[in-house]
Amino acid sequence: MVQAPAVELEGVTKRYPGVVANRAVALTIERGEVHAVVGENGAGKSTLMKIVYGMVRPDEGTIRINGEEVAFHSPRDAIEAGIGMVHQHFMLADNLTVLENVILGAEPRDGLEIDFEQASRRIRELGERYGLNLNPQQKVETLSVGERQRVEIIKVLFRGAGILILDEPTAVLVPHEVEELFDSIRDLKGQGHTVAFISHKLDEVLAIADRITVMRDGRTVATVTPDEVDARQLAELMIGSELPSPETRESTVQDEVLLEVRDLGLLSEGGRPVLEGISFRVRRGEIVGIAGVEGNGQAQLVDSLMGLAPSAIGDVVLNGQSIIGFTTRERRASGIGLIPEDRQRQGLLLPSPLWENAALGHQDQEPFANGIWIDKRSARVRTEEIVSRFDVMTPGVDVPATALSGGNQQKLVVGREIMAEPRVLIAAQPTRGIDVGAQAAVWEELKSARSAGMGILLISADLDELIGLSDTIHVLFEGRLVAKLDPSEITPEILGSHMTGAGEAKAS
Amino acid sequence: MTALVERVRKLSRPARLTIIVSVAVLMMTIAEIVTGTTTLTSRSTASAALRLSIPILLAGLGGLYSERSGVVNIGLEGMMIAGTWFAAWGAWSFGPWEGVIFGLAGGALFGLLHALATVTFNVDHIVSGVAINILGLGAMRFLSSIVYTPETGGSVIQSPPVTGVSTLNFPFLSGGNLFGWHTPDFFGWLELQNIFLLSDFAGIFRGFTGGVSWLTLIGLALVPLSAWLLWRTAWGLRLRSCGEDPWAAESLGVPVLRMKYYAVVISGMLAGLAGGFLVLVQAGIYREGMTGGRGFIGLGAMIFGNWLPSGVLGGSLVFGFGDSLSFRGPAVVRSLILAVAIGLFAAAVYAVTRTRVRTAVIQALVAIGFLAFFLTVQVVPNQLLSATPYLITLLVLAAASQRLRMPAADGARYAKGEAR
Amino acid sequence: MRGGRFLTAVVAPAVALVIAFGLAALALLLVDINPIDAYREMISFGTTTASLIITVNNAVPLFISALAVGIGFKMGLFNIGVEGTYLIAALFAAYVGALFSITTVLHVLSIMLVAVLVGALWAWIPAMLKVKRGVHEVISTIMLNFIAFALSAYLFLNVFRAETAGLTLATDLIPESGRMPSLNPLLGWFGIEPRAGANLHGFLLVAILLGIFYHYLVTKSRFGYDLRAAGINPSAAHASGVSPNRMIIWTMMISGGLAGLVGLSQLLGFFNQYPQDFPRNYGFNGIAVALLGRNHPVGMAFGALLFGFMQRSALILDLRNVPKEIVTIIQGIVVLAVVIVYEVISRYVQRRTVAAAARATASEPETVEAA
Repeated sequence: MVQAPAVELEGVTKRYPGVVANRAVALTIERGEVHAVVGENGAGKSTLMKIVYGMVRPDEGTIRINGEEVAFHSPRDAIEAGIGMVHQHFMLADNLTVLENVILGAEPRDGLEIDFEQASRRIRELGERYGLNLNPQQKVETLSVGERQRVEIIKVLFRGAGILILDEPTAVLVPHEVEELFDSIRDLKGQGHTVAFISHKLDEVLAIADRITVMRDGRTVATVTPDEVDARQLAELMIGSELPSPETRESTVQDEVLLEVRDLGLLSEGGRPVLEGISFRVRRGEIVGIAGVEGNGQAQLVDSLMGLAPSAIGDVVLNGQSIIGFTTRERRASGIGLIPEDRQRQGLLLPSPLWENAALGHQDQEPFANGIWIDKRSARVRTEEIVSRFDVMTPGVDVPATALSGGNQQKLVVGREIMAEPRVLIAAQPTRGIDVGAQAAVWEELKSARSAGMGILLISADLDELIGLSDTIHVLFEGRLVAKLDPSEITPEILGSHMTGAGEAKAS
Repeated sequence: MTALVERVRKLSRPARLTIIVSVAVLMMTIAEIVTGTTTLTSRSTASAALRLSIPILLAGLGGLYSERSGVVNIGLEGMMIAGTWFAAWGAWSFGPWEGVIFGLAGGALFGLLHALATVTFNVDHIVSGVAINILGLGAMRFLSSIVYTPETGGSVIQSPPVTGVSTLNFPFLSGGNLFGWHTPDFFGWLELQNIFLLSDFAGIFRGFTGGVSWLTLIGLALVPLSAWLLWRTAWGLRLRSCGEDPWAAESLGVPVLRMKYYAVVISGMLAGLAGGFLVLVQAGIYREGMTGGRGFIGLGAMIFGNWLPSGVLGGSLVFGFGDSLSFRGPAVVRSLILAVAIGLFAAAVYAVTRTRVRTAVIQALVAIGFLAFFLTVQVVPNQLLSATPYLITLLVLAAASQRLRMPAADGARYAKGEAR
Repeated sequence: MRGGRFLTAVVAPAVALVIAFGLAALALLLVDINPIDAYREMISFGTTTASLIITVNNAVPLFISALAVGIGFKMGLFNIGVEGTYLIAALFAAYVGALFSITTVLHVLSIMLVAVLVGALWAWIPAMLKVKRGVHEVISTIMLNFIAFALSAYLFLNVFRAETAGLTLATDLIPESGRMPSLNPLLGWFGIEPRAGANLHGFLLVAILLGIFYHYLVTKSRFGYDLRAAGINPSAAHASGVSPNRMIIWTMMISGGLAGLVGLSQLLGFFNQYPQDFPRNYGFNGIAVALLGRNHPVGMAFGALLFGFMQRSALILDLRNVPKEIVTIIQGIVVLAVVIVYEVISRYVQRRTVAAAARATASEPETVEAA
């Protein structure tokens, strides 16, 4: 007898104000297979998986797990049905240990107390069986990104999940960590588990999946097997048009050095060096890319350059002037702009109207300031310019920033920074979490700014973005710059191996 | 000298604490010899310090439960006020232990209000806490005007006198009764022998074990109980997870909102118990304003104690000691000032051995300031005396290292189903 | 959404007031008192000319206190220390004001200056503790309240007290030149003739000016922009160039300076000296007024007038055997109710605004938080 599919979705629809995240989705995941769900940012993959995991209730449609129809009210129901989800943004409490994070909500008891012995034993067993080794007593905050993901997977297995959902698991991993993950996935499959794998990285998906479902605009577009398609065909199914690719173009790089960083260093509170000996140059008309796995010093580098880390040592020279002793405000006035990596946390005042957000970072400069006052009229005019030139979709400049979508918020931030005409613009993860259209728009604006003579420091974890935009690429690893590469001569694999410190030796 | 210091640092935490406390007692003993008083380490001071530390301890524990679940509770003072009023009313209408129950209930009620505002309606935690304090004051005053004013001995600002909870002496240690047999009083005897340092320790222990209220014992017992509950049971783990990362807890099916309610109501109950203690063990009466900011001092103890039950106990003993000083008279405070000066000089020397010159200089300067005050002021004026507990709280918090770690999502705005 | 601002600014406090008066009516019913009668008494007594004047007089210190608290709130700082600050500032101001006599304008201004400086200095302490040692300002300002009570009691009894052999303990009288004139002549222009003893305090004008100052500072100045940004999103403000430490210190000092002026309307318009029982609770009630008025000067003015009215009209209740503490419970409920109602309404308004904006910008396939 043919086994019922592990997961069966029919006609699932989910609406949010202003957008339909999922439209009549139909999806079947067979038992014991590795099934990939691909689509671009905004295609509806995560929402769909949240529905399967019980975090979100669908407006319409039926869901069948192992042949039985279900209606989940919370993740608890999904967990009981044998489904486990490994989230894209890890759901781990930093101050708690690995063990505490894993057993939370499913604690083994010994009378009134928790049976820590048993829990510890089980975690070690699971670790050995699937190659996910961990120390249960370690606090999560001390773990690397790859290790944290292992905790997430063990969390799910600890509860006896038969069906695992992995949401963009490789987004934060470098190539060799991806291989380790895939080995674990193959082990899981060998033990009879079902794996749903959400991703937008097509070559990875082709390497690991048994079947692939493509989503676009909230709908399922096609379901194929890896031998039926190649990456290019998948991409076309995903977005219906060509992916932006590294182009050969006229170099706009000039000789004049706008920003020179010499021997920049920074110690953490505990005295460990988080940045050491950082030296590089950004020239007029150049985009310098900084590649690196998250957590290797990128945020600290940005903070040091912007003056947010006052204990940084070394020198930062802008237009021939040393600004290392300058405050953030003075540095901005000297000509540094910033597109922060977390726009909501560092770049926007969400409840405030757009025109006040356009002033953020420039509130003491023209046209926003007029003596000791804020010039509201000029601010609104400038905001309208930003909105029209950068294609920010908004009903007006008086709406609060929170009313805009992520992509439009980012366009506003990019627009306000570029229109302030800095000498050097630091762009940290400029296209993170925004839809394809906005991403393309941001890339175009960055290129225009470069052509106009701006120097841009691009810090990104998106290898395609780095290779596509940069004139030079440095690799940041454990607080040091370990390689300087020419984008036209590298591949993601080479870049990836530098990013993990393996260097040239492990190039293939 | 440095080698000795290094060896001390490597000892376990309880051992280090014992050494620090012993050094403190030594400072006080020396100060006493200089000033010719014995009050700093006498049994009456210790007994008062213990008694006054319990309300702070209970309030601090209340704050701990709430903040460990992610809800900042500034309203402890208001909950304590409710506790004082309801405990007095319960004791006056029925009896002392009924008073305790009513005190718990009064505090729990206001805790429920705070939970409603912060957990269900997502009001800013501190704003809600401040509102609870204002409401507590106003409501209790209103209730007093209705209930107490018609009675003899009662008015808008106080209740008629009530009977309190009974006390006990520990057998053998402090001459308590054991099945009717009056046991010898070991610590009392040792204290009277006037042996350097040993008698001072005896005095302190005699104060801790004699004339102790049952509520004190309950309060102290809550410390290890809370530690066990929060770190060794599933319920406790889930509660702590709500304060560390409620989104992670939610994703694993923990009923975050419900747990926050439990925690905040419990914190109200503990604050209410603290108020009950003030009425039933200390004052024997309800008087408006009798909480005197102890709810906030309790928060200070919680912060100083790094959000750990044992730390809260330590902090509340220190602040309770400070509180007791304002009643002991100016001479005692003067001795304490000298003791602090000596202690700071010692700390400055220690800082020099760790090559932290700037810290050492600051500590030495402050020590000189204290010493100057000691030498110039013969009698600490009464009005300034009343500021002692608050000053001590402030100074201790200012001095406490910034390596304190509060629950990661404490005070965070959490709504079910929303992203981070 | 249209009318969103109106909803949050006006409807929220109104609903809260209804809830508060309603619950208080319930409480009155429980003790066999007819709430309608009680309220009617309050209104008829409270709307006499004399009562209205006293209402405004009551409102002035509450308003200034609310300004002090409000400016802190705007930056996310909780200055609970207004209570202690205004007492110690008024004490110093009374003492210094009685030391000399010059032309009125200068004399009053110098008294005000003393009050502002003392207040700012007293608020500087918790600011430094927060910036340098990370001590949360709620606890430090509350501790400082108690310390201020003790310190002012000590200074009053031992240093500043007047040497007169009378029954009342107070500082020396401030000479005529240092007193704020009554505004009754002004009222006379409008044909209002209050009975003797009901003087409209001149400090009202100062309060109005302070309100205007607050408005321009917070909403129109660059400093105000930085202040509000730091309150809304400290990380973003920091990245935009605002120095968090400088903001904390300046904001607390401005708050403290305003707090220092709270006691002056009574000091310069009524007592003309600092008596031992200088009026209390302006600090805590100021917090309530700030919350009721949502930190907006107009809202806070209305809130102050309301509280002032309740304070005045409650006096009649005593004569009618109604516990006048009903007013304190109304005030307490109002505070809690207004913060809850405001939260509910503003969340509703925000949802509608976001939805409306999303609809208005057509149906692009938008990202929904990492879809």
